[in-house]
Amino acid sequence: MVKLTIDGIQVEVPAGSTVIQAADAAGVEIPRFCYHERLSVAGNCRMCLVEIEKMPPKPQASCGMPVSEGMVVHTDSEMVRKGRRGVMEFLLINHPLDCPICDQGGECDLQDEAVSYGRDHSRFEEQKRAVSKPDWGPLVRTTMTRCIHCTRCVRFTTEVAGTAELGGTFRGENTQIGTFIEKALTSELSGNIIDLCPVGALTSKPYAFTARPWELRKTDSVDVLDALGSAIRVDARGAEVLRILPRLNDDVNEEWLGDKSRFAVDGLKRRRLDRPWLRENGKLRSASWEEAFAVIADRIKATAPEKLGAIAGDLNDAESMLALKEFFTALRSPNLDCRQDGAEFDASRRAFYLFNTTVAGLEEADALLIIGSNPRHEAPVLNARIRKRWLAGGFTAGLVGEAGELTYPVERIGVGTDALKALADGTHPFAEVLKAAKKPMIILGAGALARPDGAALQAAAWRLAAQYNALRADWHGFNVLHHAAARVGALDLGFLPGKGGKSTKAMLNGGVDVLWLLGADALDTKAIGQNTFVIYQGHHGDAGAARADVILPGAAYTEKHGTYVNTEGRVQQGFAAVLPPGDAREDWTIIRAISAYIGHALPYDTLEQLRAHLKASYPVFGQPFIRLAGNDTTAPLANPAALSAEPLAPVFGNYYQTDVISRASPTMADCVAAHYPAKAEAAE
Amino acid sequence: MNTQPEPQTFMFDEISEPLVAKAISKYPEGRQMSAVKTLLDIAQRQIGRTTGSAWLPQAALDAVAARLGAKPMRIYEVASFYTMFNLKPVGKYQLQVCTTTPCWLRGSDDIVSACKKASGIEHFGETSADGVFTLTEVECLGACVNAPILQVNDDYYEDMTAASTEALIGDLKAGKPLPSAGSLGGRKSSAPAPGQTTLLPASGSGE
Ligand code: SF4
Ligand code: FES
Ligand code: FES
Repeated sequence: MVKLTIDGIQVEVPAGSTVIQAADAAGVEIPRFCYHERLSVAGNCRMCLVEIEKMPPKPQASCGMPVSEGMVVHTDSEMVRKGRRGVMEFLLINHPLDCPICDQGGECDLQDEAVSYGRDHSRFEEQKRAVSKPDWGPLVRTTMTRCIHCTRCVRFTTEVAGTAELGGTFRGENTQIGTFIEKALTSELSGNIIDLCPVGALTSKPYAFTARPWELRKTDSVDVLDALGSAIRVDARGAEVLRILPRLNDDVNEEWLGDKSRFAVDGLKRRRLDRPWLRENGKLRSASWEEAFAVIADRIKATAPEKLGAIAGDLNDAESMLALKEFFTALRSPNLDCRQDGAEFDASRRAFYLFNTTVAGLEEADALLIIGSNPRHEAPVLNARIRKRWLAGGFTAGLVGEAGELTYPVERIGVGTDALKALADGTHPFAEVLKAAKKPMIILGAGALARPDGAALQAAAWRLAAQYNALRADWHGFNVLHHAAARVGALDLGFLPGKGGKSTKAMLNGGVDVLWLLGADALDTKAIGQNTFVIYQGHHGDAGAARADVILPGAAYTEKHGTYVNTEGRVQQGFAAVLPPGDAREDWTIIRAISAYIGHALPYDTLEQLRAHLKASYPVFGQPFIRLAGNDTTAPLANPAALSAEPLAPVFGNYYQTDVISRASPTMADCVAAHYPAKAEAAE
Repeated sequence: MNTQPEPQTFMFDEISEPLVAKAISKYPEGRQMSAVKTLLDIAQRQIGRTTGSAWLPQAALDAVAARLGAKPMRIYEVASFYTMFNLKPVGKYQLQVCTTTPCWLRGSDDIVSACKKASGIEHFGETSADGVFTLTEVECLGACVNAPILQVNDDYYEDMTAASTEALIGDLKAGKPLPSAGSLGGRKSSAPAPGQTTLLPASGSGE
C-alpha cells in the first residue's frame, strides 16, 4: 500500500495504482474522457491533468501516473484549471457543438465538462473537420464528427468483447475511429460502446431522437433475457419503456449488458396480450376476465386432478410460479414442470443445477471445460468474464460441443459424448490440463440437459468434476449455465412433477386434459394433445397463445415486481417500471383471483404476504447469497453410460431471437437480417 | 492508371517468402506483430513487382494479419497510418513531396505546382491519366538540410527547384530511367550550398 495526499485528503491505495484511481478512492473528482476503470489506460485525452508537487512544474495526466509514497497532488490549482481549459479548447476545435440535435445531450461528459472548463467562444477560425457517418449495423448509430478519439470503443471491442473490429485508422487530422471496411458490428456486447462513448459519436440507433434523459423515469431492475440476471435500469416515459441500460453489479455483469437484453425493448410494445381471449368455434374472440374465469372454472371442475397440468416458461417471476404451484397443489394435481424444453435431470440438490463457481468466482479458475454450451450466445456477459480470465493469463479452456467462434482460444476436444469418455479415462490430452489445474471448472449448458440423455450428461459432467478435484470444500467447479431466467427460481420452488406427477413430455400428446401454460412458448405446441384444453397466461401473442383456448393477459418483466434467481442461485428483485397494457395484470394476482373464483383461495392478498410465504416455505429466497462449497460429492442420480452419440449441438440458432420479447422486437429482427441473412429470408 | 479489379486473394510469392520468414524470425515468439511494417512493405513491393503498381489491397492486409496471427483491424491501423503504404493503386513513379515547414520555407509550394504541371495531376493522392505518376504529400523526410525534397519511389532528390522538378518528370515521362539520387543542385552530400566552408585545406597562418 502507498500513502499519498490529494487535495489535503490522505489516502492509501495498492502499489501500482494510478493517481486517478487514488483520487477516486479519496472521493476527489477528476474529469476524464479516455480513462475507464475496466479498460486499459490510453492517456490520450489529457483532460485528467493534475499538479503534483516535486515533479517537473507542468500538469501531469493522472490516469497514467503511478502513485508513489508521500506524493502530494492538487486537482484544483490554477495550473490545473488552466491546463484543463486548454485541453477543452483543443477538444472543441473539431467538435461540432451540435448538442441541440444530439442524443447524448443531458448525459454527455463533454457537455458536462464544458460547463466547468469550456470558454464561451472559440479562437479557432479555420474549417472544422467533418467525418462521414459509417453504418455499423442496426444497433449503434455513428456521428463520427463528434468523436474525440478517446478510443474507449476501440479498447472495449478489443479487450472486453474480443472481436477487435474497431480501430483508429489514418492519422493526425484524418484519424478515424471505425471498422475500416464498412460492416455491422458482430459483437453481442456492442451496445456497451454507446455507454462508454463520452460524447455523442456513438448513440443508440433504435432509440434515436426518442427522448431526453431528464424526461425519463428510471427504475432499477433485473434482466430476464438470459439467466445471468444482469442489473439493469429501465427508463420509461409515460406508459412506455424507452430503453434499458446496465447498472453496476461487480458480482454479475460488472457494467456490461448483452445486446438482446438492451435492445429487445421495442418487443415489449408489440404483439402484446392486453385483454383476455376465448376460443369459440375455433376462433379467438376477446372476452372479459369474468367470462374467461367462468370457462376455466367449468373446465377445471369437470376434470380429474391427475388430468390437470401446468408448465412454466422461461421469463416468469418466482411469485407467479409459487402461486401457480400452490393453486395446483390445492387442486390436488401433481403435474407441474418448469422445464418446457423437456429436460429431465436430478434437481434434488441445488448444486446439481447451479452455476456453483459463481460469475465472479470464475476469475479464480485456471482451467475450464465447456460442455454443450455456447456462452457467447447463451450469456454474452459471462462470456466476457471468461475472456477477461483468459486475458489475465494462466488459463486454458476446452470445449466439447459445436459452439461457434468464442472470444478466447478453446481447445476443441470433440463434438460428441465420446469426448467426455476420453476425458474420463484420460486418453485425451486435455485431461492433463484438468489434472494439473488448481481450480478447474466445468460448464454444462442447459441445452445439453434438455437432450434425451440430459441426466446422463449431468452425471457424467459431475463425475468429471469430482475426478479432476473440482469438488472441494474451498472450490466448487461444477456449473450449469442456464439460459432461461426463470429456471433456477422454478427449480428452487420445486415447480417439478410431484409424487406420481407428469413431466412436460408426459403432459404433451394428451397426457393431460387441461394444460396451463405460464408463459411457456418454447415447447412444441403441435405436440399438445388435440383435445387438451390450453390456458395460456402470458404477455405476448406467440406460440403458446396461438394454441390456447383461453388467454389470460399477464405482465412482462418491466411491468411487475418480481423475484428472479439467476444461474448462480442469486436471488434478485426486479421492479415494475410501467403498468401492464390494457386489461393485463401482474401474473400472481391473476392466479390468486382465479383460485378464489374456484374456491381454493390462496393464502395471500398482497405481494408482501406472498413474499413472506415464499421465504417461509423456501428459505433460499430469504437468505443472502453464498457460494456453495463443493465437499458433498454425491453424484446426481443417473446412469452416465446412457449417453447417446449425438453431437452436442448449440441450443440457439441465433443469439438475437430466443424468447417472446426478442421475437416481437423489430430491432432484433434487423440484427438477424444483418447477421444471418439466410435465416431472415426464410422467415419472410 | 491501374484499372484492374481489386485482387481478392494474396499470397507471398517465392521471392517474398524468404524475406517474410527472416523478418518474423527477428522477434521472439509471441512478438511476431513487431514485423508488421516489414511484412506490409514486402507485400507492397511484391504487388509492385508483379502488377506495376505498388499498393496494398485488402487481401494483402488480411494475408499479413493471418501470417502474424493478428486481428485484421490491427493491420489496417498500421497500414493506414503510414504514407509509405498505399491503399489505392498508384502509378509507376510515386512523387512524394515534402511540405513540412523546412521544405515549405525553401519553396516546396513551387515543387508541388511543378509536379502538378508536369504530370497533369490536379490533387494530392491522384494518379496521372497515363498511369505513370501518383502525387503524394508527405511529412518531413528527415533530409531538411537539403530542402526542398522530392522523393520518387525509394530515392530522394534534393535541392529541388521548379525547373529541376519539371525536367525530372519530363525525363521520366520520356521513358528515361531515374537519375542517381541526391542533390540536383550540385551540392556535395550535405555540405553548404556554396561549397565547403570548414575543413578546408590549410591556408594562411592557422592557429
Ligand atoms: S466514438 Fe466515442 S468512444 Fe469511440 S473513440 Fe470516439 S469518442 Fe471515444
Ligand atoms: S483520462 Fe487521462 S488522458 Fe484521458
Ligand atoms: S521538412 Fe522536408 S525533409 Fe524535413
